[in-house]
Amino acid sequence: MTVYISGILIACGLFFFLVGSIGMIRLPDFYSRLHAAGIIDTMGLLLSMSGLAILVLNEITLGNFLSALKIIFIVVFVFLTSPTATHAIVDAGIRAGLKPWQKNNI
Amino acid sequence: MKTQQRIITFCLTFSILFLFWVIFSGKLDIFHISLGVFSCLLVSWVTSDLLIVTSDIPRFIRLFIGFILYIPWLIWQIVLSTIHMLPIIFSPDINNKINPKIIKIRSKMRDNVGLVTFANSITLTPGTITVALNMYGDMAVHAIDDECADSLPGDMGKKVETLFRE
Repeated sequence: MTVYISGILIACGLFFFLVGSIGMIRLPDFYSRLHAAGIIDTMGLLLSMSGLAILVLNEITLGNFLSALKIIFIVVFVFLTSPTATHAIVDAGIRAGLKPWQKNNI
Repeated sequence: MKTQQRIITFCLTFSILFLFWVIFSGKLDIFHISLGVFSCLLVSWVTSDLLIVTSDIPRFIRLFIGFILYIPWLIWQIVLSTIHMLPIIFSPDINNKINPKIIKIRSKMRDNVGLVTFANSITLTPGTITVALNMYGDMAVHAIDDECADSLPGDMGKKVETLFRE
């Protein structure tokens, strides 16, 4: 049973990785592409890592529980560092004078 | 700092570090546990005034618990705004669907950690990215369309403000 749940979660996570990658190619400029990258960092990683954690917990022992906890910690640390990295990239763009794409002046 | 305060900070730092040691090591025999106790004592002796800088320990613990309760709500917001982003990315006429703009919002918070939490939550939610933030609570946010722009500061601002109130 847990195998199927984790399979579905990992498949959903991979779907959101795909969505984020398509968005990164299709959106028009640097700043809006970062929004698509945000989907990869958050939904894709969250779903695929929780799928892996459930897969590891297939048979419950102390070692497996600790492995699942470590996988959850991957998500926690990426959730802490990824906004900081995104902010650094946006700030570098603004400081270099790159203007955001706007609808009416292409 | 008072001696009693130093002891409480030291014990709290030690227990946090040791919890992480046990989780990451996973070996529960005497040898590894004693190595952990020794290195955690050393690290918390050197850095006990860096991890917990506040002098108000009950507020620190309350913040920690409130933060744990805030995370599920944040994940739910991430799910909602990702679902909002899906039709935008797959629409054939993508340049007309989006309307990127930089909006200015202002938060009433003065707590630095609270402001950073708010800014990071905005960036984590797909569709909005914090461009700039200063210590007076002024923020510049890049939003991808009108709906994302209108949703700020909204519920998220209120939640973080009640979490970090004095």
